[in-house]
Amino acid sequence: MRRLVVLPLNKSIEIAYKSIRARFFRSLVTTLTLVLAVSFLSFTQINIDIADSLLACDNPDMQQTLRQCGYDIVPGDTSIGTSPKQRWIVILSLLVCVVGIINAQLMSVTERFREIGTMKCLGALDSFIVRIFVMEAAMQGLAGAFTGAVLGGAVALLSALIRFGVDSMAILPWQTITSSLGFSTCIGIALSLAGVLYPAFMAARMQPVEAMRVEQ
Amino acid sequence: MAKKNIVRVTDVTKDFDLGKIVVNVLKGIDLEIETGKYVSIMGPSGSGKSTLFNMIGGLDKPTAGKVFIDEVDIAQLDAYELAWLRCRKIGYIFQTFNLIPVMTALENVTLPMTFAGVPSEAAVQRGMDLLSKVGLEGRHAHKPSELSGGQQQRVAVARALANTPAIILADEPTGNLDLKTGEEIISLLKEMSEDQAVTVISATHDYKMLNVSDQVIWIRDGRVDKIQERDELEIHTGGMSS
Repeated sequence: MRRLVVLPLNKSIEIAYKSIRARFFRSLVTTLTLVLAVSFLSFTQINIDIADSLLACDNPDMQQTLRQCGYDIVPGDTSIGTSPKQRWIVILSLLVCVVGIINAQLMSVTERFREIGTMKCLGALDSFIVRIFVMEAAMQGLAGAFTGAVLGGAVALLSALIRFGVDSMAILPWQTITSSLGFSTCIGIALSLAGVLYPAFMAARMQPVEAMRVEQ
Repeated sequence: MAKKNIVRVTDVTKDFDLGKIVVNVLKGIDLEIETGKYVSIMGPSGSGKSTLFNMIGGLDKPTAGKVFIDEVDIAQLDAYELAWLRCRKIGYIFQTFNLIPVMTALENVTLPMTFAGVPSEAAVQRGMDLLSKVGLEGRHAHKPSELSGGQQQRVAVARALANTPAIILADEPTGNLDLKTGEEIISLLKEMSEDQAVTVISATHDYKMLNVSDQVIWIRDGRVDKIQERDELEIHTGGMSS
């Protein structure tokens, strides 16, 4: 009996994609919140990666430049790391971003009450509704987080170029930078999914009888 | 041949708890609806017509009493079985059409078939057939917003028929349509009910419906006021139009 009503994965991806396209502007605003938060995270991470690599190259001039740029370096330090204040600001910005996503997704659910009710009348299970919303969030998350990570990375590289000069570009730790980009993207996707869970469950719990109500 | 009942409602009551007061919307309804009939549920606003209608559609559960669809007590069904019932046994038509706005006419019609596990190609083929049956050939790629009210309701009729259901439940199907379009939808529903031998149950206060109904159930104040068969009905409608 359990397998009698189905929603193939490619169909749910198709429905989610169409929903995003139909509400493109709204999706764009939601995604933009994510882009900003993730680019901040990625900027901070990659900044530290670059500073670490400059510190590790044992060039007294570079260390001097690092000090001039405001990094507290004590002789013998091998890595710079984030300050508690920096971490706090990053966490705060990510929190604000999740709240923003929850808000946008709740609005989207409210707007689509009738659509969700209709789907349930046509035989959709609660899990189909959750899946469609999660797919949408995953797509927005992937696009937003990746754009954000690249944007943050680009700004970090640019600022390194300006602050530490062209020489610093030669010793960039590409591997660490790539893993920081990956890390920021993953965090972004996770945030997007975290933001959609409550709205999606709310949508799924909705009774199909709501679709029958005439008043909008 | 023995008559077969597709819907049986026994002593159904429904109370809505509004906090301080409890409203008894349905006060004991007994009904039997025969397979293949075109049945209209008529009654003034607030008579409990829509509540009864939702019970029959498995959209709401009664406070007491039982609703049987094809001799299955729907209160006993779990979420999966209810979804299956809505998908395969019942086709819904709404007053406000309720097409999925981001999908084309064809995709709206094939969606219930997707849920039912029909392979994509077969679903598209049947979707096209159904759309041409309801007179919308060549409009399959249009979004609901590009169709008129009457055309949208035609898509909804095609969607309701997608999984060859046993029952079509139509809640005020002509409520948002003008006179002529309403008549077209009514005759389309009648035609489909005869063609596909599907039971049509429609809640309405549109008197145009009476002409095509095999049976009319009048609801008043949460109870069945009277049940009229088609032959009794003609005299009644004749009387009203004079």
